[in-house]
Amino acid sequence: MAGAGEGTGRVTAQLPILQVVVPLLAAPICAVLRHGRAAAWLAVLASWSVLAIALALLGQVMAGGVVSYHIGDWVPPIGIEYRVDIVNAWVLVIVASIGAVVTPYSVASVEHEIASRRIPLFYAAYLLCLSGLLGITITGDMFNVFVFLEISSLSAYALISLGRPRRALTAAYRYLIMGSVGATFIVIGIGLLYVMTGSLNMADLAGLLPGVWDSRTVKVAYGFLGVGICLKLALFPLHLWLPNAYAFAPSPVTAFMASTATKVAVYMLLRFFLSIFGAAFSFDVMALDRVLLPLALVAVVSMSLVAIFQVDVKRLLAYSSVAQIGYMILGLSFASITGLTATLLHLFNHALMKGALFMALGCVVYRIGSVHIDAMAGLGKRMPWTMAAFVVGGLSLVGVPLTVGFISKWYLILGALEKGGPWIAVAVLVLVTSVMALVYVWRVVEAAYLREFSGDEPTGEAPLSLLAPTWVLVAANLYFGIDAVRTAGVARQAAEVLMAGIGS
Amino acid sequence: MPSSLPPFLIFFIGALVVPLLSRVPRVRMLWLVLIPIVGALNAMGIQEGYELQYELLGYTLTLVRADRLAIMFGHLFHLGAFIAIVYSLHLKKGDHATVQHTSAVVYAGSALGAVFAGDFITLFVSWELLAVSSVFLIWTRRSPRAVSAGMRYLLVHIVSGVTLLAGAMVHAHNTGSLDFGPMGLEGLAGWLVLLGFGVKAAFPLLHSWLIDAYPEGTPTGTVFLSAFTTKVAVYALARGYAGTDALIYVGAVMACFPIFYAVIENDLRRTLGYSMINQIGFMVCGIGVGSHLAINGAVSHAFNDVLFKGLLFMSMGAVMHMTGKTKASDLGGLYKTMPLTATLCIIGALSISAVPLFNAFVSKSMIMSALLEEHFNWIWPVMLFASAGVVEHAGIKIPFFAFFAHDSGIRTREPPWNMLAAMGVGAVACVAIGVWPELLYGILPHAVDYEPYTATHILTQLQLLAFAIGAVAAFHHWKIYPAEIPSVNLDADWVYRRAAARVVRLTGGAVGAADAAFRSTVIGTVRGVLRGAFRAHGPRGILARTWPAGSMVLWVSIILAAFLLLEFL
Repeated sequence: MAGAGEGTGRVTAQLPILQVVVPLLAAPICAVLRHGRAAAWLAVLASWSVLAIALALLGQVMAGGVVSYHIGDWVPPIGIEYRVDIVNAWVLVIVASIGAVVTPYSVASVEHEIASRRIPLFYAAYLLCLSGLLGITITGDMFNVFVFLEISSLSAYALISLGRPRRALTAAYRYLIMGSVGATFIVIGIGLLYVMTGSLNMADLAGLLPGVWDSRTVKVAYGFLGVGICLKLALFPLHLWLPNAYAFAPSPVTAFMASTATKVAVYMLLRFFLSIFGAAFSFDVMALDRVLLPLALVAVVSMSLVAIFQVDVKRLLAYSSVAQIGYMILGLSFASITGLTATLLHLFNHALMKGALFMALGCVVYRIGSVHIDAMAGLGKRMPWTMAAFVVGGLSLVGVPLTVGFISKWYLILGALEKGGPWIAVAVLVLVTSVMALVYVWRVVEAAYLREFSGDEPTGEAPLSLLAPTWVLVAANLYFGIDAVRTAGVARQAAEVLMAGIGS
Repeated sequence: MPSSLPPFLIFFIGALVVPLLSRVPRVRMLWLVLIPIVGALNAMGIQEGYELQYELLGYTLTLVRADRLAIMFGHLFHLGAFIAIVYSLHLKKGDHATVQHTSAVVYAGSALGAVFAGDFITLFVSWELLAVSSVFLIWTRRSPRAVSAGMRYLLVHIVSGVTLLAGAMVHAHNTGSLDFGPMGLEGLAGWLVLLGFGVKAAFPLLHSWLIDAYPEGTPTGTVFLSAFTTKVAVYALARGYAGTDALIYVGAVMACFPIFYAVIENDLRRTLGYSMINQIGFMVCGIGVGSHLAINGAVSHAFNDVLFKGLLFMSMGAVMHMTGKTKASDLGGLYKTMPLTATLCIIGALSISAVPLFNAFVSKSMIMSALLEEHFNWIWPVMLFASAGVVEHAGIKIPFFAFFAHDSGIRTREPPWNMLAAMGVGAVACVAIGVWPELLYGILPHAVDYEPYTATHILTQLQLLAFAIGAVAAFHHWKIYPAEIPSVNLDADWVYRRAAARVVRLTGGAVGAADAAFRSTVIGTVRGVLRGAFRAHGPRGILARTWPAGSMVLWVSIILAAFLLLEFL
């Protein structure tokens, strides 16, 4: 059981496997439960215990370093290893926290947006998706990554197709095609690496790869993995599946996917290219930074511009997400500890702000059924709490001080200034795009607060069961924006781990 | 003294409670008046040298830094907030009283936050809060003009804040410190920060937000607006750029160009807006000179400006509140029904004209003396001309057209008691400082060794006043001439404006044409760029379209091919 041969009865030693198994087991139970509410509460229970486990794991890692768990007591590199260091402990906490907030939120939202007979299936798919994402993050085995990737992706397609508009089906189909292409590329890359080294264990691979750095096979594998992962994380111009998928999925699904799925893909990118291939190989040999920098810059500028012109607010935020992913990749392309700290911070911070924003939109959908910008006219008066949440989330997106967005931007600009020279222009660009974010957020605020509602049917505020989780995230946006010591500290430690072996 | 709270905290806490009291207007009145009083008592307890620090992101932030300069502005803002709050006590539900009161208190608190801020981050946060809270004082007027003017106001100030932050970050990167102290114009940081300050201080070409937004505010809101935003900028300039020569010339331009506009402007509140830029010009000029006397003059003029400009804005606000009008051509003859308001307005006008025994005299003469002392002999006559302009457009025009001139036939009453009381406090302060300048000199940042009431000063100023008034009288006489024809008599104001406009056209026509050409080129370019951006990024643009799966996959293969190709080359 537990790898290091510790007392088998101790739950703490089993935490890594429980992290994945709890939602994985809860999923089929949800499917067989015929009762929607029962499935919902089971999912809530599962997601909360997942968060507790993730926090406990982070605590263990912070206290005692890397946690290694050998499945079935098979010793790695032969057996599958779950390996938690500060980097993935951090990502686990992000995914688990969003899961723990979105699940209770989905109870009312799903009942409103999805046919009741499908609700248990929804929770089954949702928990599968959650366990898939957690699995990708926690595992130390390359092939295992692929397996969990498929679990999370397949369940995600199903979740998106549950959206009310008919176009949700085509959006899910498109995502399926693109997701499968991405997954295939990833498995091809993994296969090539296996051929060259005979190992699938990440830590083992990291030791073996420097010996075969010069081979073309390894470089081809690098290319396939790179494109596959960038497809999953929706890096411009491989983002084309994302806007429709986010826009047409049910509200809680959008909130969940936007704040977790792409984050886990960014984690994969960091893990594969910085710890397995090694930061030195990626930056010095493969020039990863120079490949990613232009794409990130175009993503940030052009997708923010697209967002400005959108009329469907959900789609607007989806394009904004592509731009925000650009910021994360931008931090990576600085190839410095500060840049990477910005990336890792923005993983967490973006999850908080986009989660809050999409959940606020979910409240709007719940009451008025549309998130078209014209339908939101005068909503500030009719749904004050919902729109206040949206405003705070929006400010955070813009990067106003006292919100988490500011912290991310701060580190990003600091990273750029640190490099000096022409990178100052990048810092300026970050500020300019913040103003662009202000413009698209403002369009919604203007509609909600400055335009008068033309209709006459009364609209109430969203129910507490939707508002409470939304405001939990809003409060987190503010709290971690004011007290960033802890988050920035963890992100910096993680960045140092990832950049090990290369000077800052 | 650690028992004092940070000054802004009292206002923010106060603002939190205001919305809860919306159903008990009397309690709210009491609460609102208590906020600046308690704040002022608290501020009295703040000793020089007191600092309150806070750790963030590995930087030490100084939430409160109390030195003489900060404390002086602290006193000023408490006084300004008190007057403006009393002035706005009568607001009712229909005036969006809760929104106005709450945002006004937050606004005053942010101004205090800014002047006590010891580092750039605290300054920046206060800077943006100033913008965000004050815009509601414009929006609550609810007219479409006000909404869009407020929007432009907000945009300009957010950009000013972002510029400031950008400069601060470069500064922090270069020096490793976020402390806000003397900056100077060295390097990118100095210029960026100055640009941020300059927007808020309404530097020439960056000033249009002020003329655009202030006259659109609510009658009470504009009083708040006139007290804080630009004065925070003056404070920031005095702290960061004292002795920067460029500011002398910027200040001189600021003091002069608004005069022409103010003379031809019909809206009296807008005239006051121009007059405000003109007064800030004197302060900026003094900051640029940078000697102890000049800095003392600049900040004491800021202090006085809050009082007399506030008094003038309040009197115009009272007129607007009672009649709904602010255009010179619609008003006139109000002294018959608003004698108290008229008297108070005249006191404000005498003050702004720097008549001896009124407050501007004791501060403006310091700046003028400093100019001579430091041998800026070319700037001195320019500023003298600007002083004469003040007499004309603010000292005479405002009271004359509102309360005298031709009788508009409007019969109204005096404004509510609280407005009169607020104006009264302002007027008393104006005169008190004029008569006992030691009151003000005692709190200035540098030791004062200056006597305003010397024979030379008084004579110069009286000559100037006599000359200016004489000129106005002559002009007026000459232009009123057609008044003998009754139809023209009604439009005396129009003739006056047209004649003055001709003068301006003679002097500024060429500049105007060049300016217009420049503006239309810029606007044309911006429009072209926007159109291009929309073509690519609009809802139907190539970047925002829903793509078929096939072409998405095509992109994937292109990227992969490019990647592999790069590796094998």
